[in-house]
Amino acid sequence: MNIVFDLNTVSFVLVGLLFTGYAVLDGFDLGVGALHLFTKTDEQRRLMLNAIGPVWDGNEVWLVTGGGALFAAFPRVYATVFSGFYMAFMIFLFGLIFRAVAIEFRSKEPMKWWRNLWDISFSVSSIVSSFVLGVALGNIIRGIPLDADGEYIGTFWTLINPYAILVGITTVALFSMHGAIYVVMKTEGPLHEKIRGWVNKTIIFFIVCYISTTMITLIYIPHMIIYFREYPILFGIPFINMVAIANIPREIIHRNNFRAFLSSCAAMMALMTIFGIGIFPNLVHSLPLAENSLTIYNAASSPKTLSIILTIAVIGVPVVLAYTVSVYWIFRGKVKLDASSY
Amino acid sequence: MDALILSRIQFGLTIAFHYIFPPMSIGLSVLLVIMEGMYLKTKNEIYQQMTHFWVKIFGLIFALGVATGIVMEFEFGTNWATYSRYVGDVFGSALAAEGIFAFFMESGFLAILLFGWNRVKPGVHFLSTIFVSFGAHFSAVWIVVANSWQQTPAGHHVVGTGVYERAEIVDFWRMVFNPSSIDRLSHTLCGAWQAGAFLVLSVSAYYLLRKRHLDFARRSFKIALIIAAVSSILQLATGHYSAIVVEKHQPVKLAAFEAHYPASESAPYHLFGIVNEKEERVDYGIAIPGLLSFLLHFDADAPVTGLKAFPPDKRPPVAVVFQTYHFMVIIGTGLIALSWLGLFLWWRKKLLNYRWLLFVFVLSVLGPQLANQLGWFSAEIGRQPFIVYNLLRTSEGISKAVNANQVVTSLILFGIIYLLLLALFIYLMNEKIQHGPVDSDFVKEVQRA
Repeated sequence: MNIVFDLNTVSFVLVGLLFTGYAVLDGFDLGVGALHLFTKTDEQRRLMLNAIGPVWDGNEVWLVTGGGALFAAFPRVYATVFSGFYMAFMIFLFGLIFRAVAIEFRSKEPMKWWRNLWDISFSVSSIVSSFVLGVALGNIIRGIPLDADGEYIGTFWTLINPYAILVGITTVALFSMHGAIYVVMKTEGPLHEKIRGWVNKTIIFFIVCYISTTMITLIYIPHMIIYFREYPILFGIPFINMVAIANIPREIIHRNNFRAFLSSCAAMMALMTIFGIGIFPNLVHSLPLAENSLTIYNAASSPKTLSIILTIAVIGVPVVLAYTVSVYWIFRGKVKLDASSY
Repeated sequence: MDALILSRIQFGLTIAFHYIFPPMSIGLSVLLVIMEGMYLKTKNEIYQQMTHFWVKIFGLIFALGVATGIVMEFEFGTNWATYSRYVGDVFGSALAAEGIFAFFMESGFLAILLFGWNRVKPGVHFLSTIFVSFGAHFSAVWIVVANSWQQTPAGHHVVGTGVYERAEIVDFWRMVFNPSSIDRLSHTLCGAWQAGAFLVLSVSAYYLLRKRHLDFARRSFKIALIIAAVSSILQLATGHYSAIVVEKHQPVKLAAFEAHYPASESAPYHLFGIVNEKEERVDYGIAIPGLLSFLLHFDADAPVTGLKAFPPDKRPPVAVVFQTYHFMVIIGTGLIALSWLGLFLWWRKKLLNYRWLLFVFVLSVLGPQLANQLGWFSAEIGRQPFIVYNLLRTSEGISKAVNANQVVTSLILFGIIYLLLLALFIYLMNEKIQHGPVDSDFVKEVQRA
């Protein structure tokens, strides 16, 4: 049960880091999408879209890159999960397609029906994408049926189980909370005040989901807590998570919106870390035959390739962080509509 | 139909649809750099107006490229899981590098390009435009490297048996610079520059014909015409070198390009023709004897390995490859003729007198689009029946966990959604073009800032 920081573990951390970047960044713009239809006027909806306008595309690149890194480092996981979750991932893809074009198309025409259509498309596809991501995550946590070759042997309906659905809903709640805080940070005036009132509701929604998920996980999914039992110090991470979430309403009341957003980011990073520690050293837990699980060893690429990926990451990730920080810095402050807006 | 053929159709459909957009954005990004650079140098507002207009077009094209691009990465896993297991060790690094080195650069600077007019200094904005262009080109680099490795695998060895058999990297740089990478990349990029340049030519020619936005149209046309003429000629050269590489490393594909059956004889070049696969010959064609031999070896009598030198189960479907390849060459030749004729008449200041020629330019946007598609069809179908040339058959690459019903469902949905997207794309492009570059509010606002 010792954690060895070998090449495979470091690669696992790298892939996790990229997907965490995705969750934290695309999480808020998916959440903005989930809340989009609750705003009523055209101006408010444009503000919602333009709050994420310059960044949503870059946020999605974290998914593409995380996927690429997973493909490179753990091809057997990539192959098994993507083919096993075929219809689920197709729905996810259609969601991402509709989201992207809805953002781009919506404000191109003045007609009310046109804008309503793309508003609905943006919001529904954001919710569906978040939900499917959560369902996929839930199944990875719970375990999926694999054969001795590591092939998925369930069906689409195997994936639709209560636990996975609960994680799906939790994900939508989490992203909505994250998105609401982001909008509070990025807007002013009536929209700002309106969304400010929603933040606590989304937090409550999330906490209810989160507590249920945690309890069910603790009771029914023992393999997720092995390392926590082994190294009690790891309980520090759920603790950080809870402190970060509890801190959000406090910061919101004091109108420290940026710090509220940072708290929310910290909570999500902690959640992803908990997930990572929980599944380690598996990437895909096999249920019922645990011996068929795909681990960071039996699913990995050669040491040569892992070291190539890590080299690419060591060169690339600092540059990527620099781009990301610069873009967020350049577009800091409250969003204002101008001629280049959506 | 089984999952194999359906998955092939789906991949073909989704990649072909995706490939409408990236070449246009790569090509257009080069024009944006020139236009914005001209504005910063001359301070002439017309160049600013040009940059703004084409940036808006760029934004629309880019959005569709992004929306349809993520599908491609997913499909390697969803539909081609066995292939993914086999190549992940080699192919995955190139995809990860593409994400880290290209997509982040592209998307980060795109934000500034599209929304940053009032937020950064003009010099920084120009720099962002340049980086968007770099990013777009880098993404072509890595994906073409990955694809070239499928055509001419190098820098790897095969290990394991059964379901654990796979290709592993032994030399990363030999994988990156595999025998066809450079030639295929340059051929792809020239095609992208053509796609961008002919798009601008088409829209500008339309304005010239309609006598609208004349100054804007003339200047856009001129810049695009030069790029179109240069890239079309370069395309001939890169195509030539690509063909030499194909003959050396994928001889059966080259033989299929030309439907050259004799095992080892001097090969003609057909201007056109219809392949009779049963009788193993070309019917109703016009052939120039020895021309292919001459093009490849500077010797009309040099033997070229033909299809009969390969067992039938290692040959690609010849007729499709022949036709797609030949139509690509015909269109490519037409684009050279059109762009150089245009350049000549422009130089003589007579171009605007030839309305029919302007009309041809309006239609010319379809030229690179078709040629790019046809070129990829001949390259990819020419690689069949292998998914990784001589290593893994396409039929062995598909996902075992996915059945035909699932693929039919997703294929139909892709068909409907992409048809809708294409219609919307054309509609919105037309709206923008009809609306034209005069966007006085915007210019004023930027000036005020």
